[in-house]
Amino acid sequence: MGAEKRTASEKADFKRELTEVVPHLRAFARGLCGRADMADDLVQETLLKAWAAQERFQPGTSMRAWTFVILRNAYLTDMRRNRFRGEYDETVAERVLTAPAGQEEPIHLSDMHRALLTLPPERREALLLVGAGGFSYEEAANICGCAVGTIKSRVGRARAALNTMLSDGSIPKRSIDDETAHRAILEELDDVAAGQGVAARS
Amino acid sequence: MTAQAPSEKQPAPGRSKEATRKDQPEWANGLKRLYDSVVEEDIPDSFKDLLSQLDAKD
Repeated sequence: MGAEKRTASEKADFKRELTEVVPHLRAFARGLCGRADMADDLVQETLLKAWAAQERFQPGTSMRAWTFVILRNAYLTDMRRNRFRGEYDETVAERVLTAPAGQEEPIHLSDMHRALLTLPPERREALLLVGAGGFSYEEAANICGCAVGTIKSRVGRARAALNTMLSDGSIPKRSIDDETAHRAILEELDDVAAGQGVAARS
Repeated sequence: MTAQAPSEKQPAPGRSKEATRKDQPEWANGLKRLYDSVVEEDIPDSFKDLLSQLDAKD
């Protein structure tokens, strides 16, 4: 297929870089799908796909960005097959994140996680990439296969929603697996999926 | 202000510091910590097994 075969040393480099991004893939996946076991399944799937597609990776470019594209596409596919329901992982530590002045209850890590999981997937991933993963808007737009302005607006909306939830303490207590919320998510997903694969092809 | 329907759990009135709308809300750092808390976890053995089997596959 045109692409020249990788040498043994190139393969070794690829594998080393792939190994190095595993913790980041796990963190991104955990943020996307909530449950640790499902997130790790997703990462395993991503690693296998990345290994199989290694000849499409341009050495010297960001392995993290490249594998994130694979992971998010795998996530979207699985989500459409109804495998994830935005379930909240009850095992997330009740660690205190911050105790805002004047607020009776401190904000816990688990509050943040729950609030994050109530966001529509495309806003959640945009916020994860920019606000947690440290990607620039441009890099995030590339990963999601959409315009920079779209990413900016998704991040802005996600931040506003989290602001409201966390400052009012109006975070849903439980998973969002009721049917209405789930349907809404799947509908939003159709829009997200429209951009699927654009970045992967570049 | 008028449409507020305080529920039973609403804190007492008169707390002076509502979450102020600024560039970096108090939780912004929390998002990063949520992510970093996973990054810092030990990699489960299943990943090491999978990675070590990759070469054998081709």
